[in-house]
Amino acid sequence: MSKTIYFALLFLFIVLLQVLVLNNVLFLGYVNPYLYIIFLFLFPLKKDRFRFLFIAFLLGLSIDVFSDSGGIHAFSTLTIAYFRLFFVKVFFSKYEVDYPFFDLSLEPFGKKFNYVATLTLIHHFILFSFANFSFNNFSQVLLNTLYSSIFTLVLYFPVVYIFSKKQ
Amino acid sequence: MQQLIYFFRKFKYFLFFLLLQCIALILIFNNLNFHKSKYVTSANAVSSSLYHQAFNISEYFSLKNVNNELLLENTYLRNRLRQKQKTTTLSDSTFVDTLKYFQKYTFSSAKIINNNFTKAFNFLTLNKGRNDSLDKEMAVVNGKGIIGITETVSPNYTRVQSVLNKNSKLNARLRNSRYFGSLKWDGRDYKILQLTDIPRQALVKIGDTVETDGKSTIFPEGILIGKVVGINNDAAVDNVIDVKLFNDMSNIGPVYVIKNLHKYEIKQIENIANE
Repeated sequence: MSKTIYFALLFLFIVLLQVLVLNNVLFLGYVNPYLYIIFLFLFPLKKDRFRFLFIAFLLGLSIDVFSDSGGIHAFSTLTIAYFRLFFVKVFFSKYEVDYPFFDLSLEPFGKKFNYVATLTLIHHFILFSFANFSFNNFSQVLLNTLYSSIFTLVLYFPVVYIFSKKQ
Repeated sequence: MQQLIYFFRKFKYFLFFLLLQCIALILIFNNLNFHKSKYVTSANAVSSSLYHQAFNISEYFSLKNVNNELLLENTYLRNRLRQKQKTTTLSDSTFVDTLKYFQKYTFSSAKIINNNFTKAFNFLTLNKGRNDSLDKEMAVVNGKGIIGITETVSPNYTRVQSVLNKNSKLNARLRNSRYFGSLKWDGRDYKILQLTDIPRQALVKIGDTVETDGKSTIFPEGILIGKVVGINNDAAVDNVIDVKLFNDMSNIGPVYVIKNLHKYEIKQIENIANE
């Protein structure tokens, strides 16, 4: 299976998983995992970033269409997609020459966890701030960010283990 | 000129990022405004048909509850009907065909295929649309009380602004004293709504029933909303009263959409009065 078809199918699968299953989890009444961002971690690093940014935007927008949230998922997903390379540089000290050989699953767990957790926290914080859209319930925003991030991270590592198996 | 080209080449990713970010922001702000959003909603063709497929499966799991609810409502309505017949036969007045002439509202049934209640701006999706003569700004209720107002209509599906939406503002009153105010939601607890602007002289007690007021063109008079569970006695201007919904918004089955046949006429006459 070629890379393009694999990622197209993965995109569809992740959107359906998020929309039909994970959006209805509502653990303790309101905590939802936003696992669709694993697509951004699985997508290979490239020097040309136009395609990646556009796909990230589309991914967020498709989640938005289904959850009636305007563009908040698109906004937050695009933000972490843009800052992904920066954090790759910070946590793994990889530069442009290393991109073709970079494989997240081969990195040590500690570095991997820092990288994933940072991007997840940023994503969730932007997401919940926009979903709330006022400064009134700010503590609620922080709590939501924390709980949902934990939930997403707990699901992330087993799921990524399934997808990163070589075809 | 060369400087400019150099600038674009250096920041091309950042500029592309900003462009997409602006599109996302425009979508966010459009979504917050009533009636503006058209395509990025769950009432568009792709998402609504997908939700419809999912609903066809999940519908079976709640059949028992829904049947019970409908049975209760039928019993209640049958009792009301009997009371009505008694009073009409006792009074010795001539019968007028009230079915057609004085009818102000029509009810049509619909099912909810997508429900949100955890966010600050919640929407529902119904499985009927313009082809079933639904339109924007129609009331959505069920047997227990109010649910929301229709907002975006596509040929086969409708998006409903839930009462659990920070933009939602409904006209409501206390059943026993008829003082009216507006019902809002602060985005915290999905069971509790806030009734504001009730006059200070109104006597409000915990447990009082709150119902819709007939002063808007959307909701008919006297549809149940909830009961009073909290009164703030501090000297705030808007005099907030906490109202607990009769409906459990996390678990709603079939709903009714109410069309006001006089809406156009009322709007027309109100517009003349304003000018």
